[in-house]
Amino acid sequence: MAFTAFSSQAVVEQAPRKRSFIALVLLLPGILYLVLFFLAPLISLVITSFQQPVLDGDVGEYTAGFQWQNYTDAMGEYWPLVLRAFGFAIIATVLALIISYPIAYFIGVKARRWPLLQSLLLTLVIAPFFISFLLRTLAWKQIMSDEGPIVQFLKTVAILPSDGHLTGTTFSVIFGLTYNFIPFMTLPLYATLERLDLRYIEAGADLYASPFTVFRKVTIPLSMPGIVSGTLLTFIPAAGDYINASRDFLGSSSTAMVGNAIEANFLVLQNYPIAAALSIVLMAVILIIVGIYVRRSGTEDLI
Amino acid sequence: MIIQAIRHSQAMQKARAMNLTRRGFLGAAGISATALALAACAPAEKKALTPATDVSATEKTLRWDNWPAYMDEDSAGNYPTLMGFEDQSGITVTYNVAVDDNNSYYAKSKDALALGQDIGADTVCLTDWMVARLVRNGYVQTLDHANIPNISNLSPSFANPDFDKGRQLSLPWQGGFAGICWNKEKVPNGLKSVDELWDASLKGRVGVLSEMRDTMGLIMLSQGVDITGQWGDTEFANAMDSFTQQVTDGQIRNIKGNAYLNDLQSEDTYAAICWSGDITSLNAQAGDKWQFAIPDSGGTLWNDTFVVPMGSAHKANAEAVMNYYYEPEVAAELAAWVNYVTPVVGAKEAAVALDPQLAENQLIFPDDQTLSTVHVFRTLTPSEENDYGAQFQKVLLGS
Repeated sequence: MAFTAFSSQAVVEQAPRKRSFIALVLLLPGILYLVLFFLAPLISLVITSFQQPVLDGDVGEYTAGFQWQNYTDAMGEYWPLVLRAFGFAIIATVLALIISYPIAYFIGVKARRWPLLQSLLLTLVIAPFFISFLLRTLAWKQIMSDEGPIVQFLKTVAILPSDGHLTGTTFSVIFGLTYNFIPFMTLPLYATLERLDLRYIEAGADLYASPFTVFRKVTIPLSMPGIVSGTLLTFIPAAGDYINASRDFLGSSSTAMVGNAIEANFLVLQNYPIAAALSIVLMAVILIIVGIYVRRSGTEDLI
Repeated sequence: MIIQAIRHSQAMQKARAMNLTRRGFLGAAGISATALALAACAPAEKKALTPATDVSATEKTLRWDNWPAYMDEDSAGNYPTLMGFEDQSGITVTYNVAVDDNNSYYAKSKDALALGQDIGADTVCLTDWMVARLVRNGYVQTLDHANIPNISNLSPSFANPDFDKGRQLSLPWQGGFAGICWNKEKVPNGLKSVDELWDASLKGRVGVLSEMRDTMGLIMLSQGVDITGQWGDTEFANAMDSFTQQVTDGQIRNIKGNAYLNDLQSEDTYAAICWSGDITSLNAQAGDKWQFAIPDSGGTLWNDTFVVPMGSAHKANAEAVMNYYYEPEVAAELAAWVNYVTPVVGAKEAAVALDPQLAENQLIFPDDQTLSTVHVFRTLTPSEENDYGAQFQKVLLGS
């Protein structure tokens, strides 16, 4: 009884004391925003995905209907691109994590003694954002071009065959994705590692754990919130990205991702139902993957 | 303890009530959002549109959307010929470089076009196949030839396209050819035909255009098809087979829009299917390194063409600007800068005064013999457009 009373007390603490008119008013802009710019477009997207072509209509003319075959058609046509998108996104996320963790650890933990260095390094992480995403990606394309220094060097040391190239390959697309999302991985990692209580690590060492064990059993679990939000911030946009894999940037006809298929159907072919169906499939798959991931990593209550 | 239990249940009830109201609110919002979405998706009834009332006489303004690098520009970023027009006519022109791609421009403005509303431009220059679609749907206004006396300077080869015989609704701005080009250092012997692009020595070094009518048009011409005439699915399928083969074999490195010029410049590609005016500009910009040619089997010819959308309230002003650019002297000045084909008869003679060598450039002032080697891709029916477009995109996406 004492326990239940204790727990119910806690619930009472959290429940709103009274209906607050001001709270509702304050919430209103946010709710309106979500309804107008998230809910309404989402519903419109679902409706579009079931539209059917107008009989003898012109290009891009569709009418309301319940053409569920749009989904099977879209998947039948583009399933390799969906798989490729998630494959690329997962690889890029893992690579970004491997690259970002030491950076974030250094800035957040090792550089704590020098606040100036810390802010300088953070600025360096954010600095790429001062230049447009598109320009940076185009610059990489230029750097990796056939007559550029990297390809020439790789050919000289015979890593790349003499007719090999980098632009338009799987390598360059994953490279671009990793590069472009590294700041999104580093910043949340930094935010958690910066608050890491070093006494835990000392305690681990005092208990005769090797540095690796301390890292595995103490540092990683404590930085899990950063790892989860960093991977989500990287994985979700990377899976839907269509710039890096675009033929005009780092990709080619053999590296197209689902985002490119959505773009082509929406803007070029004006096949809105297929584009909408693909978007919804993309959203659903992301939701499922993220759901499983968050559940598995045991951090539901962190987000 | 009992009191606590009561407080607890009261709080629970309150929370539940809150929850209900919130859910109720969200539900109502959801319904209104659905209604909104449904209204947005309601099929537009197909009835003839009526042109907007022309207020040109009182409002001396004109908004004009056009492609990049399509207007002569001085070092200060001004448009000399356009300024000449403003001085002469008293019409203030807002010239927007707003067209980057026919499809995305159409995608952006199609709802307003279909309702006959203002699309944010009084006149726009789009490529002829897109103009054909606008004409077919009745989205554009009839031009009053009395306001465009200089239409008599329109080259006869452009006077009667299959989508607008007699140019009642559209007027060419600038045009060009799609042909082949190559890097003179890397391909010293040059190229004569599309088939030579598929030579083993150029494997992985060939670029083609993502504009279906140009790439497929050139391939079909190389297979002996008259692209202007009544070809059908079989001819297209044959060309598609050849194209797919070259892409999957890795002969074709990339399929791009305007960005193909970057590939030529960075030497990712040594040869490409490309647009005539670009090569002249590229040579002027980055050293005389590239050569353009119309393949033996022929090239394609396209025109970016003025139309006045139904929602435009400044048709007479648009007609005035068209009339101005059909003055041979103005057309010559413009063509000398943009390096594309001018549809204006007499511009060549006017260009001799500016630059005699330029006047001989067949890519800007083509003579009848050059014009006989280029062909216009016939207008496709809507279902062909959907079908062929989908086939072409399938290769581009590698699916």
